[in-house]
Amino acid sequence: MSPRRIPVDADAVGRREVPLRITVDGEPLDGIAGQTIAGVLLAAGRLAWRRGPSGAPRGVFCGIGVCFDCLVSVGDERDVRACRRRARDGDVITTQRRVGNGFNSPSEEEE
Amino acid sequence: MTLCRVHVAVVGAGPAGLAAAEAALRAGARVTLVDSAENPGGQYHRMLPDAYAAARPDQLQHGWRAFDRRRRRVLAHPRCTWCPETVVWALEHRFPEGELDSPGDPGPPRSSQAPRVHLLSGPPDGGARVRHVLDPDALVLAVGAHDRVLPFPGWELPGVFTAGAAQALAKGERVAVGDRVVVAGTGPFLLPVAVSLLEAGAGVLEVLEANTPATLARGWSRRAWELAALTGKAGELRAYVVDLARHRVPYRCGRAVVGARGEGRVEEVVSARLRADWSVVPGSERSTAVDALCVSHGFSPQLELPLAAGCALRDAASGRPADGERASAVDQFVVVDDDQRTTAPGVFAAGEITGIAGAPAARVEGTLAGWIAAGGDPAAPALRSVRRARDQGRAFARRLARAHPIGPAWPGWLSPGTVICRCEGTDYGALRRAVASPAGAAARVTKLATRAGLGPCQGRICGPTVAELTARLGNGPTVERPVAGLPPATPHHRPLAHPIRLGELAAPPQPPPQPDHPSHVPPTPTKETER
Repeated sequence: MSPRRIPVDADAVGRREVPLRITVDGEPLDGIAGQTIAGVLLAAGRLAWRRGPSGAPRGVFCGIGVCFDCLVSVGDERDVRACRRRARDGDVITTQRRVGNGFNSPSEEEE
Repeated sequence: MTLCRVHVAVVGAGPAGLAAAEAALRAGARVTLVDSAENPGGQYHRMLPDAYAAARPDQLQHGWRAFDRRRRRVLAHPRCTWCPETVVWALEHRFPEGELDSPGDPGPPRSSQAPRVHLLSGPPDGGARVRHVLDPDALVLAVGAHDRVLPFPGWELPGVFTAGAAQALAKGERVAVGDRVVVAGTGPFLLPVAVSLLEAGAGVLEVLEANTPATLARGWSRRAWELAALTGKAGELRAYVVDLARHRVPYRCGRAVVGARGEGRVEEVVSARLRADWSVVPGSERSTAVDALCVSHGFSPQLELPLAAGCALRDAASGRPADGERASAVDQFVVVDDDQRTTAPGVFAAGEITGIAGAPAARVEGTLAGWIAAGGDPAAPALRSVRRARDQGRAFARRLARAHPIGPAWPGWLSPGTVICRCEGTDYGALRRAVASPAGAAARVTKLATRAGLGPCQGRICGPTVAELTARLGNGPTVERPVAGLPPATPHHRPLAHPIRLGELAAPPQPPPQPDHPSHVPPTPTKETER
């Protein structure tokens, strides 16, 4: 099983859901207003989205902005901690990889 | 009425910082309260995002009502400036040492010597954050702590979370991390984490406390009368235990996760029975299929701002002043006096950076720090009970540390290929080779040879581990050779407390934020009353 969001009608805190949509490496993902980018990714069943120096996959580890494992690019801003940044409707997210000492995102490698 | 008020800057709006702000306001000060989150509360009272418009936010919180009242009182106060989504990226001494020490010069009044506070406001890691500079009369640091996690083979796999992350996801995002979750490590924090997971609909297979029943009993039962003062905490703990029992989640002591496996994500954990020193009992290993693992081996105080302010630290174990030249600087906290004053002029500390003792202790420390920082009377009768509660909190911190120590034999879990520094992928084998080299185990040498601690997190996660392992591998504390012009190497020293983009650094600072009541619109640059 993967992580999932508590269904709104089963949520004891009585929240409302305002849907939003972001794209991650071109793929649309649905989330709700108030979630962080990491929250949207996790609720969409993604555990990992970054590649570390060895090429190994990484996702959320500390969840509070300390470990920098969850970095993504948001629009043209690189190295944004997905666990801290709230998702906004229409955000264009690019995942990042770090191989050797370089900091390359897949889109840059294709160029 | 306004111009000559004491200005207190409070960094961190968790239980300690919020209490400090309230006490400083009560003492008549003008307060700037800074937090990196959008709402006060810190990790303990982590609030749901405003966009959820939650009808029953109290469902997730212990002591919600008291917290909510305090939050509203502070934010609505006409002398309080609330700076959400704001980080302190640097503290700067306003007076070079030479100026202060010149003979015959009494120096500026003590209250004006708090360091200059450099702020960055806006969405986290954004490119267009606004820079502000504060010159407060006093600074209260209440920045808290984060999970400490010891490495073990596979801890870098996706699906392995810190216990704090799992709780933040459950409470703040309403995301359950899995259906077959193991919660492991040491400390009472494992219980609320397991309960948060259950509340979010996750399945918890078991909670593993690494310390043995004998260690727990020794730590908790000695001087049992001290616990009588902490009935609030005891009640909270009892509620967690009842919740776990109701869900039939076993709580096992003397057992730890010593390995995790999986293809691209965690699929299985290996747990083992531990002796009191955390060495593995041979043959006791057992594997369990999981879809998530949550780990916590205590907490690391966030010491970069206290160090930047020049605060002295103490060793947690000995209580003695920390010797910055030793590489074994692992468990250190900020030294404070009876008034929560640090050794740095005008700088006060409260909460987890002075010792890990939980929210009630953080609140009373904050109350004392805020009151004194604002120039309140240190002999005020109302402070007597505050000081008493603070001392009880400190006793609780000592008890907590005794009952949930990290056993010295934990490095036995490591294999040469185990990742130590997650950012740089440095493994245990590389660290051992570096320490064995003729250059020795000096912290700077180890760093440069292995890159451990040089990645994006700047050693926040691996720092205590690398310091402990190098000290052990090098047969005891290593004396650093001083390098001319450089301060002694310590694992917490980070001149920039927070990443800042070059464009933000180049932009001129905006005037300091001002109280923005009653509507709480974003601060608008108005007349500058500082300096």
